[in-house]
Amino acid sequence: MDILQNLINGISLGSVYAIIALGYTMVYGIAKMLNFAHGDVIMVGAYICFYAVSKYQLPPLVGILLAMAVCTVLGVVIERLAYKPLRQSASLAVLITAIGVSYFLQNAALLLWQSDPKNFPTFLNGIFGDKGITFLGRSITGTTVVTVLACVIIMVALTAFTGMTKMGKAMRACSEDKAAAQLMGIDVNRTISMTFAIGSALAAIAGVLLCSAYPQLTPTTGSLPGIKAFTAAVFGGIGSIPGALLGGLLLGVIEIFAMTFSTELSNAVVFAVLIIVLLVKPTGLLGKQIREKV
Amino acid sequence: MGALLQVENMNVYYGAIHAVKGISFHVDEGEIVTLIGANGAGKTTTLQTVSGLLHSKTGSIHFMGEPIGGVPAAKLVSRGMAQVPEGRRVFLQMTVEENLEMGAYTQPKSTIAPGLERVYGQFPRLKERRKQTAGTLSGGEQQMLAMGRALMSNPKLLMLDEPSMGLAPILVEQIFEIIQQLHQAGTTILLVEQNARMALSVANRGYVLETGRITLSGPGAQLLEDEGVKKAYLGG
Repeated sequence: MDILQNLINGISLGSVYAIIALGYTMVYGIAKMLNFAHGDVIMVGAYICFYAVSKYQLPPLVGILLAMAVCTVLGVVIERLAYKPLRQSASLAVLITAIGVSYFLQNAALLLWQSDPKNFPTFLNGIFGDKGITFLGRSITGTTVVTVLACVIIMVALTAFTGMTKMGKAMRACSEDKAAAQLMGIDVNRTISMTFAIGSALAAIAGVLLCSAYPQLTPTTGSLPGIKAFTAAVFGGIGSIPGALLGGLLLGVIEIFAMTFSTELSNAVVFAVLIIVLLVKPTGLLGKQIREKV
Repeated sequence: MGALLQVENMNVYYGAIHAVKGISFHVDEGEIVTLIGANGAGKTTTLQTVSGLLHSKTGSIHFMGEPIGGVPAAKLVSRGMAQVPEGRRVFLQMTVEENLEMGAYTQPKSTIAPGLERVYGQFPRLKERRKQTAGTLSGGEQQMLAMGRALMSNPKLLMLDEPSMGLAPILVEQIFEIIQQLHQAGTTILLVEQNARMALSVANRGYVLETGRITLSGPGAQLLEDEGVKKAYLGG
């Protein structure tokens, strides 16, 4: 077993999980709901990019930007139509609705784009020529380099956004206390829309990265990675941005290493790790203790 | 014209519970007006309805002569209303300074620096702790932060909900001193309190709220001498 090669593969896969997990964790932090349709937004993003690049021969960058734009609108519309009317409802009702939206997106994709797997274009692999780059004697594909870079850039950008901008601070205020945020003059509905917009744009990027590494695109492509990224978010501590990064990376590495022992059991290992972490630390690795009202 | 805040025949329901039953009161510019009453009398509900977090079923609320019934809370802040909620509700994971910045959310950016200076002048303790997260502050400091945060929007009407709650007597006195200073500086204040003695001693006028109805009103000094008020709220 080549430990270094596995580690590189694990970090690459984990970076994709981390980007998806960010969408889960931001929406959870602010809207206090689990958006199980998030994984399917990834799939939609991948299809948009696939059609733009493979069918309409647009430059890959245009394809990615187009996918981001479509997913942003899709995320905001989903929130507005499906979740906003349930703002005052029990969280179970919202959860079931999210699962419904997830199936709706998968079936809409089936109808629109059929069930036959599409071969996602591998434009990212060609970035550094056919051989990729060599690092410590291992060759690394362009996709891996771009994926890890994208993950780092997104993390830094989001941390700066929530820490330094007015809108980002308002998001943190909303995630702590919506009523108090309203008393500051913060429009909570707008803040929630903004969160869905950012999360969904990230989902589009994740979709392109995921399908560049695993180029088989079907309407259920986003489903399992979505659930695993959700696991990563819980693993790292849901609601925490660094938690999503840590959870995603660890999950990716664990999954790749588990795969070298048994492909069939790799998913079972991933979820077993989650169970153990939650038994020992119910708030996740970097999760914040839910405060008691004094 | 007339009162800064005018509430007429306001009815508020919590689901099936009729929490506020047709109350009317007003606050004139430059006044401190207090609503006193026992737990569950409807004081907080009244404040939350005025500030737009809850909505009244009937009746009217006018702020600076404009009807504000049904206007969401977030919109009222830029019109000059600020509320210090019950239990302080500062953003515990944000720093003191970030909390204050949130208080100025509706204000142009240029007002933040002078606003911070003003609030730090009023509460020097907050300045010392400006980089700390609000969760590390003591209860009294959190109350000061909540008040400072509300003042960042330069409100015409400052509404305080139980500012003395859970504080040691010496801190309660400090908070009331600050309330009087703010009043002298020209801020109009609507004060909801269970500590009736303190509230009535600083207020120009007071209203007594009992199970959702106003049962008594008058100048603060007069209510302090009222036999019924003495018996029910001032410990005999």
